[in-house]
Amino acid sequence: MTSEPSFDAYLLPEEHEAVREAVREVCDAKVAPNAAEADETGEFPKASYEALKAADFHAPHIPEEYGGAGADALATAIVIEEVARACAASSLIPAVNKLGTMPLLLAASDELKRRYLPPVARGEAMFSYCLSEPEAGSDAASMLTRAVPDGDHYVLNGVKRWITNAGVSEYYTVFAVTDPAARSRGISAFVVEKSDPGISFGAPEKKLGIKGSPTREVYLDNVRIPADRMIGDPGTGFGTAMKTLDHTRVTIAAQALGIAQGALDYARGYVRQRRQFGKAVAEFQGVQFMLADMGMKLEAARQLTYAAAGKSERGDADLTYFGAAAKCFASDAAMEITTDAVQLLGGYGYTRDYPVERMMRDAKITQIYEGTNQVQRIVMARQLLKD
Amino acid sequence: MNIVVLVKQVPDSGADRSLRPDDNTVDRGSAGNVINEMDEYAIEEALKVREAHGGEVTVLTMGPDRASESIRKALSMGPDRAVHVLDDALHGSCAVATSKVLAAALGRLGADLVICGAESTDGRVQVLPHMIAERLGVAALTGARRLAVDGATLTVERQTEEGYEVVTASTPAVVSVWDTINEPRYPSFKGIMAAKKKPVQTLSLADLGIAGSEVGFDGATSTVLEHTRRPPRSGGTKVTDEGSGGVRLVEFLATEKFV
Ligand SMILES: Cc1cc2nc3c(=O)[nH]c(=O)nc-3n(C[C@H](O)[C@H](O)[C@H](O)COP(=O)(O)OP(=O)(O)OC[C@H]3O[C@@H](n4cnc5c(N)ncnc54)[C@H](O)[C@@H]3O)c2cc1C
Ligand SMILES: Cc1cc2nc3c(=O)[nH]c(=O)nc-3n(C[C@H](O)[C@H](O)[C@H](O)COP(=O)(O)OP(=O)(O)OC[C@H]3O[C@@H](n4cnc5c(N)ncnc54)[C@H](O)[C@@H]3O)c2cc1C
Repeated sequence: MTSEPSFDAYLLPEEHEAVREAVREVCDAKVAPNAAEADETGEFPKASYEALKAADFHAPHIPEEYGGAGADALATAIVIEEVARACAASSLIPAVNKLGTMPLLLAASDELKRRYLPPVARGEAMFSYCLSEPEAGSDAASMLTRAVPDGDHYVLNGVKRWITNAGVSEYYTVFAVTDPAARSRGISAFVVEKSDPGISFGAPEKKLGIKGSPTREVYLDNVRIPADRMIGDPGTGFGTAMKTLDHTRVTIAAQALGIAQGALDYARGYVRQRRQFGKAVAEFQGVQFMLADMGMKLEAARQLTYAAAGKSERGDADLTYFGAAAKCFASDAAMEITTDAVQLLGGYGYTRDYPVERMMRDAKITQIYEGTNQVQRIVMARQLLKD
Repeated sequence: MNIVVLVKQVPDSGADRSLRPDDNTVDRGSAGNVINEMDEYAIEEALKVREAHGGEVTVLTMGPDRASESIRKALSMGPDRAVHVLDDALHGSCAVATSKVLAAALGRLGADLVICGAESTDGRVQVLPHMIAERLGVAALTGARRLAVDGATLTVERQTEEGYEVVTASTPAVVSVWDTINEPRYPSFKGIMAAKKKPVQTLSLADLGIAGSEVGFDGATSTVLEHTRRPPRSGGTKVTDEGSGGVRLVEFLATEKFV
C-alpha cells in the first residue's frame, strides 16, 4: 500500500497543532516557572493568569460574537491540556471559565450572554460554577440552597461548598431550589455577582493538590437578584447543570492528560540522566516497560478525550457517555502515570525538589471533581443499559 | 508607515544542527525549523511601530517550501501579510546573492522601514542588513537596542561592547535589532486563527527579474568545500592545589589571555 497523505482521519487539523505549539511556548516560559511556588504558597498564580490572558488562553471557548477567541471544544481541550502540563492549578483558569459559563451558553437568553460573557472574554472577570454543597456532592439534586421569588426578584439563601476560584471570580452560576416539591425538576440556575450584597466566602480549603487554585465555600445570605438573572426557564437548572458537565468532563480529561504528560516528560528525561549499576536507569528493561505502559495509557486516554471533544463540539447524542468515559479513563490513567513517574525518580521523586510529586498530588483531584469516577461509571452504565 | 520585516527560517538552535554531507549547506530538512530568534524581536518592533504610528507590516522571507510554517507563525503574532520568495534555484545562495534577492523584493514592496534581526543563528554573518541597505541606497541603522520613530526621523540606540551610540536617519532605512530591544509577544489564539486568512504572496526569481545563474551555487561568491564537526570537548586542565594552586591558576589565565 502506498502512503496517502490526504488521509486525514485521526489526524489533528493543522491549526489545532498550531494552538498546541503556541500554548506550550507561553506555558514553558511564563506558567511552568510559577507552578512550584503556587503549590508551595497556595497563592493564586496571578502572573500565569496574566500570561494566559495576553494570548487569549484564559477562556478560549467564548464564541467570537461575545468577543471571545471562539475556540472549538477540541482546541479548548488542547489549551487546558497544555496549561496543565505546566501547572495543573493554572489549567483551572480556562477550565472553570468554561464550566461557569457553559450554563449560559447552553441555556441563557441572548441578553444574559451579552451581559456576562464579554468581560470573561476580555479577561476582566472569571466565572465559577456553584453546584456542590456540604450535604449534596454526588447526589447534587439533594441540594438545600433556596431561591424564593420576591416581586421581580429572587432571594437566594444557602451554602455552596468546594467552589473553584470562589472569591477570585466576579461571576457565579448558582443552582438553587425554586420548587422543592418537584425535586430535580424544581432546581433553577442563576447568575450571581461577587458584588451582590449578601454573598461571602469561606476560608480557602487546605488541599492535597491544585493548591494554587482557590477552593472556598460560597455563602448566600439573602442575596436579592433581579429575576432576569435566571439562566433558562424555572426548573431547568438541574438539566443545565448535567448538560454542562457532559461538555466540561472533556476538559477535566484534558487536564488529566496534561498533568500525566508533564510527569511522563519529566520522568523520561530523568531516567536517561540517572545512572546506577554503571548505566543510565533507562537502560533497564524494568524501567522501559514502565515507561511504555505510561505512554500507552496516556495516548489511549488522549484519543478517547479528543474523540469526546469532537462529540462535545458537534453536540452528538452519545456525548454523555463519551464525556464520562474520557474523564474517568484519563483521570485514572493520570493517577497511575504520575504515581509511576514518582517511582521512576526513586527517593528524589518523593521530594519537593522535583515536580513529579506535585503532579501526583494534582492528578488525584481529576478522579474526584465534576463527579467522582464512581459517578462516571454510574453514568456510563446507565447509558449502556438504557435500551 | 509601510514596514517590512525580514524573517528567516532556521534550524532550531536548541537542537542538534548539522550541514548536509552532499553539498555543505545547512540541513533544513530535519525537524525543528523555527523563526530565527532575533527576527521575532524584529517582528515585535515592527508591530510596536505600527501600533504607535499606523500602517502595514509585511513579512518577507526567502526560503524553501517549508519556510511557509514560519511565515504562518510570524503572521500569527500580528503582521498583515507576507511575501515568500520561493525558487529551487535559490538553494546554496551566499549572503551576497541573498541580499540581491531580498533587495529586489523590497524594491517591489516599497518599504519606508525595513526591520530585521542583527544576525541569524545559522549563517551568523551579520551582513545582510548592511548589504540590503547598500543595494537599496538607504541608511543602515544596525544592532539597535532601541528604536524611536518621529515622523520620518528614526533614532536608534546602537548597541556596542562598551555601551551604545545614538544614530539618526530619515526613512526609508534598514534597522537591524538585537534581543535587548523588546520582549516579543506570543502568538495568541485569535492571532493564530486570523493568520490562516492573511494573504501570502509567493514570488519566483523570474518575478523579481533575477536569473537563476546569479544566485544559488552558480552565483555564489564563495563556496564551502568541506566541513567537519567540532571535536568533542576535551577534559580541560586540572590544577591540584599543593600550595602553589593560586600561582598556577593565574599562570593558566595568563596563557589563555584572560588576565
Ligand atoms: C478541589 C475541589 C474543587 C471543586 N470544585 C467544584 C466547583 O467548582 N463547583 C462545584 O459545584 N463542585 C466542586 N467540587 C465538588 C466535587 O464535584 C465533589 O467533591 C464531588 O462531586 C464529590 O462529592 P462529595 O465530595 O460530596 O463526595 P460524596 O458524594 O460524599 O462521595 C463520597 C464517596 O462515595 C462515593 N459515592 C457516592 N455516591 C455513590 C454511588 N451512588 N455509588 C458509588 N459510590 C458513590 C463517591 O464516589 C466517593 O468515593 C470540587 C471539589 C474539590 C475537592
Ligand atoms: C555552511 C555555510 C556555507 C555558506 N556558504 C557561503 C558562501 O559560500 N558564501 C557566502 O557569501 N555566504 C555563505 N554562507 C552564508 C549564508 O549564505 C548566509 O548565512 C545567508 O545568505 C544569510 O545570511 P545570514 O542569515 O547569516 O544573515 P545575517 O546577516 O546574520 O542575518 C541578519 C538578518 O537578515 C535577515 N535574513 C537573512 N536571511 C534571510 C532570508 N533568507 N530571508 C529573509 N530574511 C533574511 C534576517 O532578518 C536576519 O536576522 C554560508 C553559510 C553557511 C552556514
